Amino acid sequence: MGSTVAAPGSLADPGALSPPGPSGPSRVTLALRWLRKISGIVPFAVFVTFGLLLPMVAVAAGAFQNNDGGFTFSNVSAATHGIYLKGFWQSIILSVISAVIPGILGLIVAYAIFTAKRAQVLRQVAITAAGVFANFGGVPLAFIFIATIGSSGLVSQWLTSLGFDPYAHGFTLYSLTGVIFVYLYFQIPLMVLVILPALEGLRPAWREAAANLGARTFDYWRYVAGPVLLPSFLGCVLLLFGSALSAYATTEALTNGTIPLTSIQIGSFLNGNVIAGQENIGKALGLGMVVIIAIAMVFYVVLQRRSAKWLR
Amino acid sequence: MAALGGSGGIGPPRSGGLRGVVPPGWHSTVWRWAVLLATAVYFLLPLWAALRFAGISAFGSVVGESGFTSSLGLSVRLAVITTVITIALMLPTAVYVHLRLPGLRRLLEGITILPIVIPPVVLIVGVLAIAPGFLKGTSWLLALEYVILAMPFSYRALDAGLRALDLKTIVEASSSLGAGWISTLARVILPNMRTALLSATVLSVAMVLGEYTMASLDLFQTFPVWIYVNSQTSGQVSVAASLLALFVTWFFLMIITVLGTRQSRKTGGGEVTLFTVARTETRGD
Repeated sequence: MGSTVAAPGSLADPGALSPPGPSGPSRVTLALRWLRKISGIVPFAVFVTFGLLLPMVAVAAGAFQNNDGGFTFSNVSAATHGIYLKGFWQSIILSVISAVIPGILGLIVAYAIFTAKRAQVLRQVAITAAGVFANFGGVPLAFIFIATIGSSGLVSQWLTSLGFDPYAHGFTLYSLTGVIFVYLYFQIPLMVLVILPALEGLRPAWREAAANLGARTFDYWRYVAGPVLLPSFLGCVLLLFGSALSAYATTEALTNGTIPLTSIQIGSFLNGNVIAGQENIGKALGLGMVVIIAIAMVFYVVLQRRSAKWLR
Repeated sequence: MAALGGSGGIGPPRSGGLRGVVPPGWHSTVWRWAVLLATAVYFLLPLWAALRFAGISAFGSVVGESGFTSSLGLSVRLAVITTVITIALMLPTAVYVHLRLPGLRRLLEGITILPIVIPPVVLIVGVLAIAPGFLKGTSWLLALEYVILAMPFSYRALDAGLRALDLKTIVEASSSLGAGWISTLARVILPNMRTALLSATVLSVAMVLGEYTMASLDLFQTFPVWIYVNSQTSGQVSVAASLLALFVTWFFLMIITVLGTRQSRKTGGGEVTLFTVARTETRGD
């Protein structure tokens, strides 16, 4: 289709206009033609190669190099033992929790928005707000929560004056629990945004058909809507998992980097808070994170395929 | 979260014997408003608390704080450079792929989503490892990486804009009237892409103004980094600065959402949302 799209000479490189001769396409001219066609994306390809692909190759390669550039497994071995292994576990647990809870809550909120059919304005406002809140993370979010429910935050003081001091009952914002609590703030809106299209794919006819066959609301959810939504739901939860796993700024600002999460540990290698000569352990940790995310993404793609079968 | 916990299961509550006593649909209406109200409280309470915590006077003193002007200046400069490079790189690429290499569209979508998938903290490790000497320690390196980080948003916004156009027809019309490649791009495609360009710009700017991870690890004191560093001196000022940063960003994001909705109503397709990422993927086309 590509060759028929543009009129002759319109969008090809001005310098590369071929003479309109009837010469048969030899292998050389075919190659030239192909090169010319590809040439339009060369700047992009170069940029992505140097800005994205080569750095990632450097991380992967550095994970297996010692300080003299020789091959070694010691970084990977260090990254999968001791505090770094614990970091991976903590990261994964944190990400699973802050994917599943917001996933469920986000689904409930999305369903409430979705069923508000008569209130178009409400829908628009809710969707806009979700878009805005989902883009909100990092340092400002951490500080707003510190002001709210930090040790001297406003809500903490209220609760204390009501006779319930959350900090006397084991709650602290500067811990894993606190981090999960803060993550909800951008994970729920993200879930609302990504699950809404799937909800919109539920056809009213299915519900009517189920009702005609005698299904109660519960049966409809158990046997029709639930199974149809499940792949999308799991896919969206995986997306939230990735988003939680790579979050760095919020946690760093909230806990001053005291929680041993993998992303924080990688950052500490760059901050120079580690013994010299171990920098490549940071790369091994980075490689580990990429591997975890790659696995999650494979599942994500598979689930998307399944959900695409029903939801168009 | 606790506030939402009470709202129960996924479906509307099973209404049994009460039917007839209350109007039909009443249950689900109550249920829906309870959920939405609880959500609104969860999302607005922290903002209100932060406002009260900072106090009005803190907003005034943010501006006078040492480091405010320089860090904000750096962030704005980075935002401008990033946006200019983003548009100059992504617009021609997106147009070219749509016209000449439509087979590569899926591939490009896949490549441009990568920065969302790859944690920025990992990316910056690799970037610092391979960056050439003349870029190391300059804000240009950071700006170039921000172009990469903004790609998922910028490419998707431009792609959505291009999909809404009948690009092939207008380009053919333009070239049959004698316009060249540059002229077509500048005088035919650009004016038709105003909303998409605006949203690509705003998303890039919002991303740059809020980015902390790469800036702090590359040792640049951008605005978010300054907020964090400054919190050691005054917590209240940092909270006030956080709120300011938020409101400015939200204002921008609101603009594109509203404009995008209006535009999509006009053209009848190619809706530009903040997360076009999610839309195109869940659509499964």
